[in-house]
Amino acid sequence: MLLSLADVRRTFGGLRAVDGVAFEVAEGEVHGLIGPNGAGKTTLLNLVSGLIRPTGGEIRLGSRRIDRLPTHRIAALGITRTYQNIRLFPALSAAENVLVGSHLRREDPVWKRMVFWPGCRREEADAAQWALSLLARVGMSERAAERASTLSYGEQRRVEIARALASAPRALLLDEPTAGMNPTEVAAIAGLIREVARSGQSVLLVEHNVKLVMDVCDRITVLNFGKVIADGTPAEVAADPGVIAAYLGSEA
Amino acid sequence: MSGVGGLGDFWLTYQSTVAFVGLNGLLALSVYTTLSCGQLSLAQAGFMALGAYTSALLTLHTSAPFPAVLLAGTLAPALVAVPLGLPVLRLHGVFLAIATIGFGEVVRIFFVNLEATNGALGLVAIPQRAGLAGIYGALAAALFVLWRIRGSRAGYALEAIREDEPAARTMGIDASAYKLSMLVLGAAFAGLAGALDAHFSFMVAPASYSFGRVVDMLVYAVVGGSAAFYGPVVGAAFLTLLPEVLREIGGRLGLEPGPLRLFVNGLVLLLVVLFLPNGLVSLPRRVRRYVAGRRAEAHAP
Repeated sequence: MLLSLADVRRTFGGLRAVDGVAFEVAEGEVHGLIGPNGAGKTTLLNLVSGLIRPTGGEIRLGSRRIDRLPTHRIAALGITRTYQNIRLFPALSAAENVLVGSHLRREDPVWKRMVFWPGCRREEADAAQWALSLLARVGMSERAAERASTLSYGEQRRVEIARALASAPRALLLDEPTAGMNPTEVAAIAGLIREVARSGQSVLLVEHNVKLVMDVCDRITVLNFGKVIADGTPAEVAADPGVIAAYLGSEA
Repeated sequence: MSGVGGLGDFWLTYQSTVAFVGLNGLLALSVYTTLSCGQLSLAQAGFMALGAYTSALLTLHTSAPFPAVLLAGTLAPALVAVPLGLPVLRLHGVFLAIATIGFGEVVRIFFVNLEATNGALGLVAIPQRAGLAGIYGALAAALFVLWRIRGSRAGYALEAIREDEPAARTMGIDASAYKLSMLVLGAAFAGLAGALDAHFSFMVAPASYSFGRVVDMLVYAVVGGSAAFYGPVVGAAFLTLLPEVLREIGGRLGLEPGPLRLFVNGLVLLLVVLFLPNGLVSLPRRVRRYVAGRRAEAHAP
């Protein structure tokens, strides 16, 4: 298993935002994470990416325990993410945002630039090329030079995905990547997610668009009030009475 | 003949002003260096004092050559910046500013009470070894370093930290290490400026490294504009030359130069913050855009 969570807990004061969550994500798998608002989905992504630390439990990448590591170390081991409330660097261009995302792939000690080391220009050109190829992958090559803050909502989400892919992560965490997108854009994102998984990278997808989740995910974990209430293939989850009750309310 | 004499007089009168433009530019760059990754450090006067005292003591008590003295004055505050930065850089925004002001005051009061350096009187009769070549060479070196960082992998990492530190961390950027490096680099610039200043103006005294001094440096960076790496130097040059111009004008109008200087400095800062938030370096672009706008309007039917 690439990513495994065991009894992961996180409390905020008296609130148990994530309460004993356990599931696994295989290599090359698209794993959906769904649940009603406030179920703890974003908190869980924050825990996996290391923005916050769990109160208890274990998170492993491969065999390596990562839940006590600093955020940048977790990224270096191969987990990157996007944000529900887009967090691009607004003053940088789309291409520069992706360039920042490729930080981990790049090697250029700054002293080499100080002495005009011959390999530097080459490395920079390669990095810029890589950033452009990623923007092309999300269909944003034409707007590469635009400031991130001037892009539309859907465009910003796409640039954010390109930025997260730029370090060639082993696991990509997407927090509602299609929020605010039109159906054409959603279809493009669905295709991109499948393609990323085909290349062997895993995707952990938090999403409210049920159709997208059902179409694109290999497995789905359903959260409610911080607990896992169902885990299985899309068909299994859709038929689960507990899931139906959580989404539609039960009469009992 | 009179022309040459006139130029000579001009040079004698303004040589120190030209030197202070360079020194203040270097100090403004030292504030900018930490500011470039979003950290407001006000420890710069303290770093400057460490550089000045270290170098002055070496010159007065050893026969070390001047370049070695300058190097020591640069490295001493840089070394102090490491143990200072490790705890202090965990703070953000105004809390970091307050903690670094505290450091600056500790350094100043330490030297006020240090009898070995004559307390509040400071060290005097330091041989004048720094000239304009040394000062502007140091300024050029600092500009060169900042210019080369810009656009590099590290340069983009710094911009990312300034824009959104947690997001930068999730891209694998070791924000703490970068912030510490920039604090150390800023301390080195301030120390170098302190060492050059000590060997240009013959003396060092604790009063020169007060809180007011670091506010001056910050104002240079803000007025010049911290969007471009050379902005702080522009700001320092402008605000260092302004009093000289005011002295001329004020003298003719019969005004006191001291209060006039403070008033105009405050006014300049206020105008820049209100109308040119990206500083003086953004002025040409603003003017171009305004002219282009007027032209488009004139051509509109």
